[in-house]
Amino acid sequence: MKKFAKRYARNHGAVFGLCIILVVTALAIAAPFMYDYSPWMMVDTPLIPPFTNSAYPFGTDMLGRDITAGLVWGARVSLIVGLLSTAIALAFGIVVGAAAGYCGGRIDDALMRFTEFFQTIPQLALAVVIVAVMSPSIYSIMGAITAVSWPPAARLVRSEFMTLKQREFVLAAIVIGQKPSRIVWSQILPNAMSPVIVSASFMVATAILTESALSFLGLGDRNMMSWGFMIGASRTMIREAWWMSVWPGVAILLTVLAINLIGEGLSDALNPQLRKRGE
Amino acid sequence: MKFLLFLVSRLAKAIFVILGVVIVNFFLIRLAPGDPAAVLAGQAGSSDPAYVARLRESFGLDEPVLTQLFLYLKGVVQLDFGFSYRNHVPVLDLILERLPATFLLMACAFVFSITLGVLLGVVAAKARYSNRRRWLDSTVMTGALILYATPLFWLSLMGILLFSVVLGWLPAFGMESVGSNLTGLARAKDIAVHLILPTVTLGCFFMAFYVRLTRASMLEVIGMDFVKTARAKGVPDGSIIRVHVLRNALLPVITFAGIQLGQMAGGAVLTETVFAWPGIGRLMFDALLQRDYQLLLGIFLVTSTMVVVFNLLTDITYRIVDPRISAGGEPGAA
Repeated sequence: MKKFAKRYARNHGAVFGLCIILVVTALAIAAPFMYDYSPWMMVDTPLIPPFTNSAYPFGTDMLGRDITAGLVWGARVSLIVGLLSTAIALAFGIVVGAAAGYCGGRIDDALMRFTEFFQTIPQLALAVVIVAVMSPSIYSIMGAITAVSWPPAARLVRSEFMTLKQREFVLAAIVIGQKPSRIVWSQILPNAMSPVIVSASFMVATAILTESALSFLGLGDRNMMSWGFMIGASRTMIREAWWMSVWPGVAILLTVLAINLIGEGLSDALNPQLRKRGE
Repeated sequence: MKFLLFLVSRLAKAIFVILGVVIVNFFLIRLAPGDPAAVLAGQAGSSDPAYVARLRESFGLDEPVLTQLFLYLKGVVQLDFGFSYRNHVPVLDLILERLPATFLLMACAFVFSITLGVLLGVVAAKARYSNRRRWLDSTVMTGALILYATPLFWLSLMGILLFSVVLGWLPAFGMESVGSNLTGLARAKDIAVHLILPTVTLGCFFMAFYVRLTRASMLEVIGMDFVKTARAKGVPDGSIIRVHVLRNALLPVITFAGIQLGQMAGGAVLTETVFAWPGIGRLMFDALLQRDYQLLLGIFLVTSTMVVVFNLLTDITYRIVDPRISAGGEPGAA
């Protein structure tokens, strides 16, 4: 664990990313304490430019809503959707990938056709259709993101399983008569985890981008302020109030960038040999 | 003969995917909360029971599910994608009318992203490998990392803010200047000017992807034995890169170009929405606003078909360019 932290710390970008995410997480948790009013509420005159009023450092929008409050509350949606939908997609991807990789043959064939199908079709269009038809809510958004983001995880787990199941320790487990479920769970899966963890971090980043795109298109949860919604609402005001669209975009950019940096740091720290080869 | 077999298997795969989309569409409507006919009618039909009744009948909603599916499939095969109640036109007509604009935008963005992406990827890989001008590598890679994290729609808005609002160099929306009755070359020039911002913003995200992919692939090939052999023979550096390295390094790039297309079609929805580009992406946004679900599902089906057909073409080209790939092998499986 110490070694892992040391290797991770050697990647400065990854440390920087971790710092940003810690700040974003802290803000997301502190949102209700920092702003006890709803980010949807009008608090002052509309269109106060940023850095002119210390109460609203990022300004207010065309309805007099506090942009700072929107940013802080928006962090919650991004992180919740990013983490939860990745967790569900990962679980589903692992089940599909493990079944395909371990069983092989016809099952593998069928499952991979199924996976390819979801990889070929336009992902964002599918997400849009799912959320629109199911009516927008945080659940339909997470469902849609899960539906479009599990295939790479499944493919990755499958290829890990295919190589691992040939290894001696797995063959040994078969010889001593362990049940297949136990072999998959306690022999193969733990050894397949490090690339899965790395790809999970990139999945979180993509999920946050997808959520913001859906909210931007007006498919966000009506009860939750989100960064994508803020950008969507600012579209008609681009000539009058640049700050309305700039800040939430910077927030998304920094968060996604930070998560990608963390992903690269994890990849360095978990696969030191792999990294050296590329140097 | 082998080629024919390959063609048939790929074609079957394409049809399988399109069939899958049709089935997804079919079940989505039925899984939605409420009466499928009312969902399909959206807000448009809620005030018009006669329309809902007509939908019920045309979809056979009182029949068993399998019959319904059969009816739906039959409609799709006959290119009947439903009727847009809002626009009083068949869905397919609306989509076909918008298709050329999307093709134009996607083709430009595709060429832009892959050309610039490969170029920058090669520059970065060369700088990295030769250990000269390492700053070039780190600059390109940092730029790619940032672009890769930028929301597409926000980048489009920022493009408008900078180049249209602040600098006033480029038009902010549309495909042609409003009210201008230009023809011939002048019109082409007008469209080209309108095309710049959407192309660049849509292409940027994918460019970042190609930069990373090309660089990684180049660095992998550059370390291989046949490159060392070429160097030992005294082949000049430039032609080693061009003839030996790039040609091999580009194979994964071509494979991913096909896969990325689905994402680009999704990205086009966002870009077209921001720039009011008169393509099917914008149509999808309008369908969302109007809750015109028949139109929405029709667009999803047509976009998917477009992507599948293009994938099929890439596969075939790939097969002709690189005969090493066999029909059973997956070019992108690794």
